[in-house]
Amino acid sequence: MEKGGPLLKVEHLTKLFPVKKTRFFEEQRHVHAVEDVSFELYEGETLGIVGESGSGKSTLARAILALTKVTSGTVIYRGEDITDFRVPPAKRKLLHSELQMIFQDPYASLNPKIKIGEAICEPMLANGQARNHDEAVKKTRHLLEIVGLRAECFDRFPHEFSGGQRQRIGIVRALAVNPRVLFCDESVSALDVSVQAQVLNLFNALKKEFNLTYVFIGHDLAVIRYISDRILVMYLGKVMEIARYDQLFSDRAHPYTKALVSAIPEPSTAARKERIILEGDIPSAVNPPEGCRFCQRCFMARPECFEVEPDFYEVEPGHFVRCPYMKGGE
Amino acid sequence: MPLVEFHNYSMGFKDDDGNVSNLIDNLSFSIDEGKALGVVGESGCGKSMTSLSLMRLLPDAAVVQSGKILFDGKNVLEMSEKEMEVIRGNRLSMIFQEPMTSLNPVLTIGNQIGECLLLHHPDLAPDEIRARTIRSLESVGINNAEARLSQYPHEFSGGMRQRVMIAMAIINHPALLIADEPTTALDVTIQAQILDIMKGLKGDSGGLMMVTHNLGVVAEICEEVVVMYAGRAVERGTLKAIFDEPLHPYTIGLMSSIPTMTSDKSELPAIPGSVPTIYDFGKGCRFADRCSKCMERCMREVPKSLLVGKDHIVACWLYPEGEVV
Repeated sequence: MEKGGPLLKVEHLTKLFPVKKTRFFEEQRHVHAVEDVSFELYEGETLGIVGESGSGKSTLARAILALTKVTSGTVIYRGEDITDFRVPPAKRKLLHSELQMIFQDPYASLNPKIKIGEAICEPMLANGQARNHDEAVKKTRHLLEIVGLRAECFDRFPHEFSGGQRQRIGIVRALAVNPRVLFCDESVSALDVSVQAQVLNLFNALKKEFNLTYVFIGHDLAVIRYISDRILVMYLGKVMEIARYDQLFSDRAHPYTKALVSAIPEPSTAARKERIILEGDIPSAVNPPEGCRFCQRCFMARPECFEVEPDFYEVEPGHFVRCPYMKGGE
Repeated sequence: MPLVEFHNYSMGFKDDDGNVSNLIDNLSFSIDEGKALGVVGESGCGKSMTSLSLMRLLPDAAVVQSGKILFDGKNVLEMSEKEMEVIRGNRLSMIFQEPMTSLNPVLTIGNQIGECLLLHHPDLAPDEIRARTIRSLESVGINNAEARLSQYPHEFSGGMRQRVMIAMAIINHPALLIADEPTTALDVTIQAQILDIMKGLKGDSGGLMMVTHNLGVVAEICEEVVVMYAGRAVERGTLKAIFDEPLHPYTIGLMSSIPTMTSDKSELPAIPGSVPTIYDFGKGCRFADRCSKCMERCMREVPKSLLVGKDHIVACWLYPEGEVV
């Protein structure tokens, strides 16, 4: 890997799911879950991926981590092609430990019959991160303390913990195998606001302590903006914008991002700006609109938008927008 | 006279041995005609039990311990089930959190909305029911309402289903509309649409009680706010008082722990710990063990609700002076 290059590079990643045919001579149709997504992830940064439900955020993460087979495109990790983890078995083990995912639902992602300590030791041993069970237990107890759980928690079952504590356990389990990149899929969405703040702080603290790189997936733009350095906005399987967190308010931001920002009800009594209210719902990903994916709901749409798929333009340094009317100079 | 008045209302849950653990303790607030009240708090704070108490839809294990809930001047807790049936869905109606599970999947939308109307107006002609159902759907922004009447819930998206729920709730022009987390399950752009509709409805409906954990939603719609913690109202007042000059440490903590679109990236001032369960409530202030300003008195004595400013009531020993309400 060349120095200063991206840690992870995703190129033209596409994932289509076939739709079950109802008639024999029907043309095969697909759900365009993720289409032509490219981005780079640099060591030590937090990349936020934001979008409404059905925009393909989770599928993107799953495709990168080889949890679902990609249709086309490549994933390059430290200069090496790891698409679908098609690498020698010895290497695969390393990949599984270096790229980890924390799932959305802390309730559903723990086995109710296994003590949490054992649930954490298991990946450590399977991955060769600990030589024997005793070492795994010792490491687990240490990690539990780091995330703010008492070491006694080792012998308890998942039902004995609250939502926030379970999310911490999910974090410990991911940390157990010494990851470099953590994919956090809606990791704080199920939590109450006061607990959400604790877990966000924990993510920031762990990032420093373990030199982690995060891909943080969520639907709450305010949370994503808080935790991320750069943000990738997805809509209907496509990347609409990649921006630094402070560029989201820019006049050059994508109309969809502008609408998202304006849709958030701010908890203050200050007079609010005129809100952009988008009409309708996110369209079906089976027959995505021709032209711009957002054209049907865009408040700035022009006739061309319905015909030609717009390119990705760099409107400011490091700020890419898939909308020709934001590039300025017209 | 206020539309709804909670008077020192307390309720709890009975366990298998018949012991009652208190949840809602001494809750008092009122909603005036045409006003919107926000009930905020985290999960487990008793928000939903408050709205279900008013609707008399509490689960079987729930026990009303004391107090009154006046609606139209009558105590709903003393009403018979027959009397309740007359006002429920009519003068008093509710929008539930889950638009996915609150509709019957095997009945058409038109059928389900029409039923609400027919139940309370048995002599309406079918044509009239149809016409009113269409009008109600149109008022919540559903296009092509006539054709959609014969569709089933699965043919509607989440946002559309929530609109159907609202149309159903307002068809009898209720005096009070209770909305329990009406936008929590929805995407932000859809949430904005629904909030827009609810704001439009506020003009012609009576009162609104908005139960939510989202302070942004409250700021958008409500004029008055009750902040609940572990079954007690810790602070209540006008929107301006609560948002601009919050007094209770829980309210302050809650406000500052939410990242907003303009906040900086420094560490979030999180409240440590989590909401206690009904079996772990302390003797004094229920927020005491998470409070950064906890005093010895807080552990022993339940703070009184005191009027500390114009229409601003707080229950915290940091503000021991004020008129008892």
